[in-house]
Amino acid sequence: MTTIESALDTFPKLVRANAERWPDKVAIREKDFGIWQSYTWRDYEQRARRIALGLASLGFARGDKTAIVGDNRPELYWAVAATQALGGVPVPLYQDSIEKELAYIVDHAEARFAVVEDQEQVDKLLHIKAQCPRLEYVIYDDPRGLRSYSEPCLLSLAELEERGEKFALGHPGYLDDAIAHGGSDDTAVICYTSGTTGSPKGAMLSYRNLVTMSRIASEREGLRPDDESLAYLPMAWVGDHVLSYAQGIVTGFTINCPESAATVLHDLKEIGPTYFFAPPRIWENLLTNVMIRLEDAAWPKRKLVQLFLGQAQDLERRRLAGRPLPLLPRLLRPLGAALVYGPLRDNLGLRRIRIAYTAGEAIGPEMFVFFRALGINLKQLYGMTEASVFVAVQKDGDVRLDTVGTPMPQVEIRISEQGEVLFRSPGVFKGYFKNPEATRQTLEDGWIRSGDAGFLDASGHLKIIDRAKDVSRLAGGTIFAPKYLENKLKFSPYVKEAVCIGQDRPFVTALVNIDLVAVGNWAERRGIAYTSYTDLSQRPEVSELIQGEVARVNGTLLEDEVLAGARICKFLILHKELDPDDEEITRTRKVRRGYVAQKYAALIEALYGERDRVTVDAKVTYEDGRTGVIRADVRICDVAVDAR
Amino acid sequence: MSGATPGPLLEVDGVSVRFGALLALQQVSLTVQPGEVLAIIGPNGAGKTTLLNVISGFYHPYQGRIRFAGRDRTWLRPPDVAALGIARTFQNVALFRGMSVLDNIMTGRLLRMRGNVLLDALWWGPARRQELEHRAFVERIIDFLEIQAIRKTPAGRLPYGLQKRVELARALAAEPQLLLLDEPMAGMNVEEKEDMCRFILDVNDEFDTTIALIEHDMGVVMDISDRVIVLDYGRKIADGTPEQVRKDQAVLDAYLGVAHD
Repeated sequence: MTTIESALDTFPKLVRANAERWPDKVAIREKDFGIWQSYTWRDYEQRARRIALGLASLGFARGDKTAIVGDNRPELYWAVAATQALGGVPVPLYQDSIEKELAYIVDHAEARFAVVEDQEQVDKLLHIKAQCPRLEYVIYDDPRGLRSYSEPCLLSLAELEERGEKFALGHPGYLDDAIAHGGSDDTAVICYTSGTTGSPKGAMLSYRNLVTMSRIASEREGLRPDDESLAYLPMAWVGDHVLSYAQGIVTGFTINCPESAATVLHDLKEIGPTYFFAPPRIWENLLTNVMIRLEDAAWPKRKLVQLFLGQAQDLERRRLAGRPLPLLPRLLRPLGAALVYGPLRDNLGLRRIRIAYTAGEAIGPEMFVFFRALGINLKQLYGMTEASVFVAVQKDGDVRLDTVGTPMPQVEIRISEQGEVLFRSPGVFKGYFKNPEATRQTLEDGWIRSGDAGFLDASGHLKIIDRAKDVSRLAGGTIFAPKYLENKLKFSPYVKEAVCIGQDRPFVTALVNIDLVAVGNWAERRGIAYTSYTDLSQRPEVSELIQGEVARVNGTLLEDEVLAGARICKFLILHKELDPDDEEITRTRKVRRGYVAQKYAALIEALYGERDRVTVDAKVTYEDGRTGVIRADVRICDVAVDAR
Repeated sequence: MSGATPGPLLEVDGVSVRFGALLALQQVSLTVQPGEVLAIIGPNGAGKTTLLNVISGFYHPYQGRIRFAGRDRTWLRPPDVAALGIARTFQNVALFRGMSVLDNIMTGRLLRMRGNVLLDALWWGPARRQELEHRAFVERIIDFLEIQAIRKTPAGRLPYGLQKRVELARALAAEPQLLLLDEPMAGMNVEEKEDMCRFILDVNDEFDTTIALIEHDMGVVMDISDRVIVLDYGRKIADGTPEQVRKDQAVLDAYLGVAHD
C-alpha cells in the first residue's frame, strides 16, 4: 500500500529531499553548444529556489498561475518547480501553438506570469498580452534578439534570479515557509488537453494524483534512480509532465533534454536511454528511417536484413499470440541478434532500453511487432490526462498484440452498458478548471468516462477497439472501426496520415497523406521529378504506389472475420498535409474527424461518386497565423476488392 | 583625422574600378558607420558586387582610397583584409563541399589560430587548448544560427538555404568587425528569407557586427537596413534611410526606366 509521507507530499519538498539525498547525482542534462551539460539534484534545487524567490520578489501570490512555453529545457522544468514551491500552479503550453490558441489558454488559465524559452515565444506573448489582461510578467531564458526590447513587463531569467537573491536577504525563510504550506490536495498543474472537439479544457491534477500515480507506476515497472530518459515531448503534454518531471523527481532518475527538436533522433543515440516513451508517430519516424536506409543499402546487405527481420517478426508474432515457436528460427535468433538486431538497436539509440512505452494513440500492430522483434521491451501504455496518465500498462512478460495490458495497481476498470471504458484511481483529476459542465460529463461518482470503446478479456487484459463515438457501422451493417484501418495504413512508410470514412456508407474510403521524406526518396530513385508536396502527391506513379499499400491492408483484413467486410474500396491522396495549424489534427497528431469530414466534404462526396478527378481549394494557415489557399486537382483511385 | 569622435568604420572615397574599357565603378564614395546595417542595392550590373570585391581586396581601384578603422588600406590583399576584421559571404555559395559543416565553420577561425605543425599533429598542450577554445566559439555560432542538427553533415549535401546559413556562420567565426553579405537571400523562399533576416538582425544586435549587404528583395531591404545606398551604372545615385531612398526620383528612374529624349 503506497501512502504519501506527509513530509514528502509535493514536488518542491521531494526536490529538496533529493538534493539532500543525492546532492551530486545528475538530475537533468541538456545538450548545449554541442556538449551535454549536467545539473545535479543540488543544482536543480538551487536554481528552482532562485527562480522561486525571483517570482516572489515580483509579488507572486499563492494560487497564481505561471504559463510555461518552450522546448524541454532544464530552466523551464525549474520554473515549474519554482511555481509549485510558491503554492502557484504551472500551466505548460504547446510551444508551437499559434497566437490564437496561446491567447485562449493564457487568458482562460488567468496566468499572471509566463516563463518562456526565447524570442519566438516572447513575441507571441507580447502580441497576445492585450487579450490577456491578467498577464503581468513575461520572463525569458534565452536573451538572443531581445536586447532592444524595452517592454516593462519583460525580464530575463538571469535578472529574475538576481532579484531573487536580493529578495532572499530581506526575507530569510520565506521560501521554506511557502514550501511547507503546500499540501497534497493543492493543484499541482493544469494540463490543457487539446481535445479533438471544441476548445481546450484545463485538467487540474493535484499533488496527491501525481505523486501517488508516479510512485505506483515506478514501483510496478521497476524504475530506478540510475535510469536515463529523454525529455523531448512537449512539456504541455501530460505524458511529459508525468513521465519526465513527476516520475523523475519521485524516482530520482536523470532526464535529458535534446539540443533542438531537429536533433532528437541523434541525441537519442548519444544518450541511449533506459526508459523511453513515445507516441506512435515517433516510432513511425524511427521505422521510416530504418526502411529508407535499408532501401539505399547494397543488395546483399538488404537481403540479409530483410531475411532476419522477417524471421524475428514472425517469431515475435507467434510469441505474442502464445503459439509454439519453431526450432530453426529460434536457433538462428542469436545469429540475427549479432548481425542485425543488435547493431540496428544500437543505431537507433535503443540498445540500453529496459522499458519503452508507446502511448497517446493506438500503435499499428506491425510497428509494435517490429520493435519488439528487435529485442526492445516496447509496451503499450493506456492513459489519459484526467487519470494522471496511468490506467493500464502491459506487464513485462505478459505483453499481447491486441490489448493494452492489465490495470495499474489501485486502478479499477469497469465497462459501461454502452461498452465505454470507465475507471477509478488515485490519479483521477480534480476537475476541469472553470468548466464544471465538462467535469460533470467526464467524472461521475469518481469514475472517469474515457470515451473509448473496449472490454476486459478473460485474463483481465483491457482491449480498446476505438473511440466510442467513432466505432460505427457501414450501411450494410458491417462494423467499421476507422482507427484500426488507419493504423494499418500508417504502417507503410509511405503513408504519413490516413482518415477512413464509412459510417452509414455503402463501402469504406480513405483520405491518405503521403510521407514526403519516404515518397520523395522513392520518387528520386525512380527519377520521378516533382516540384512540391502537392505535385508529388498527385503523380500517377505515387497513386499506384499507395494503391499497392491499400491492397496490402485489405489483404490483412481478410484474416479477421469481423472486419473483413470493411475493406477500403476507394481512396484519394490529399494534396496537402493535415496540419495542426489548420486544425485538422491536434498538436498531439490525433485526427479531428468531424472537422476533416466537414472541410473535405466535397472530396468525400467525390469518393462516393462516379468521377475520377476532383478540384479543391484548401485554406492553409502559415506558422505566423496568415492564411492562404492551395488549389489542386485530386485524382480518385479504385482498389480492386475481390469478392470473397 | 580619426581621433576624438569615433569616425566611420569604413570610408570609400572616390573609388573607380575599370575592367578594360568598362568602368565598373565611377567615383563611388560612401561611409559605413559602426554598428549599422547598410544595404547596397541597384539594378543588375550596377557594380554592387564589384564594390564588395574592392572592399574585401579582390580588386584594387585605379582611383580613390579606402580607409578601414581610420587606416588607409587601399592596396591590401584579401587575406590581410580578412585579418583586419572584414569577413564576407559570396553570391554563389563557396563552401568546401566535402567537408562537414563544423569543419567549414572552423576554417573561419584559421586566421585566429597560431599554428605549430608538431604540436598540432600531436594535439597536445597549447595546440589542444587552442583547438578547444575555437571549437567552443564555433559551437556558440552553431547554436546562434540554429544549425545543430547538421553539424556533422557534409556541406555539399545541404539544401541551398542552409548552405547560405553555413556560409554566414563561417564568416561570423572570424569575429569580423564588418560583415559583407553578397545577396544572402537570393534563391530563398519566403520562410527562409524571414529566418535569414532575423539572423542578420540578431548578429548585428548580439555580436555588434557592422553589416553591409547586397540584396534584391526590396521588402527585405526596407525592413532590416538602417541606411540604403543605390548604385546604377557604377555610380552612386542615392544614399539615405529606406524611406528617403524609396521616394528618390533618381532611384525610381533607375529601377523603372525612364524615357531618354
